[in-house]
Amino acid sequence: MISLNEFLVLSGILFAIGTAGVFLRRNLITILLSIEIMLNAVNLTFVAVGRYLGTVDGQIIVFFVMTVAAAEAAVGLALVIALFRHRETLSPDAFTTLRW
Amino acid sequence: MNPILFYVFAAVAVISSLLVVGQRNPMHSVMLLIVSFGGLSGLYVLLDAPFTAVTQIIVYAGAIMVLFLFVVMLLNAHTEDEVVPPTLGPHGMKVAVVLSLALAAEVLWALSRVGAASFSTDPNAAVAISSVARIGTGIFTTHAFAFEVTSVLILVAMVGAVVIARKEH
Repeated sequence: MISLNEFLVLSGILFAIGTAGVFLRRNLITILLSIEIMLNAVNLTFVAVGRYLGTVDGQIIVFFVMTVAAAEAAVGLALVIALFRHRETLSPDAFTTLRW
Repeated sequence: MNPILFYVFAAVAVISSLLVVGQRNPMHSVMLLIVSFGGLSGLYVLLDAPFTAVTQIIVYAGAIMVLFLFVVMLLNAHTEDEVVPPTLGPHGMKVAVVLSLALAAEVLWALSRVGAASFSTDPNAAVAISSVARIGTGIFTTHAFAFEVTSVLILVAMVGAVVIARKEH
């Protein structure tokens, strides 16, 4: 029988994959995709716990998270386009002008 | 809840997510992420959340990923730049390995101490959870303020995206 624990473990695995992607990859678009993986891992937790507690609040929060993810993707991709215009590269190592 | 379906969908989600991170070509990464969202959508159906499952496909796989595909094609950057070796240094790497192993041990210890939290098998609970009417009532009554703020957020994001991506002259 599948319990809440399995869903939480799966969510943790997905979140770890997303975190690893953010740290390991050297491509701005793949980093944004890894952030989407992390957001989805959290969404899975919300829905699973909502099912466990017998309330629709988890699904409502997921609805808002999706809206925020859409806004984040729009602004993030606009930033990627603007950065690519300046340096002709997608590597985050190329944008170090503000580095302390 | 069918264990076989759970493990199939979970395997699809995890393997395609791993491939997203492992790919060199951003185009393939975006396609594989859509597969991962399909697996998650199946898991939402198993959790009696059909509305969220459909939203996942329409909004995430349909709209947000198309936005990503547009940008990947627009920038025409098919491959990643050359691999940069880790810049942590030998000591930094050791500390990182120790810390991550400690975190993994901590999580495993915590998991071994909790019993299985079973889902309710009451069919009435499943019906109540999967009701779109209840989700709509929740959004437009209890969470009405958050909903309205979300519309402002979308407007700001839209204007911001246009301003940031605009060509300077």
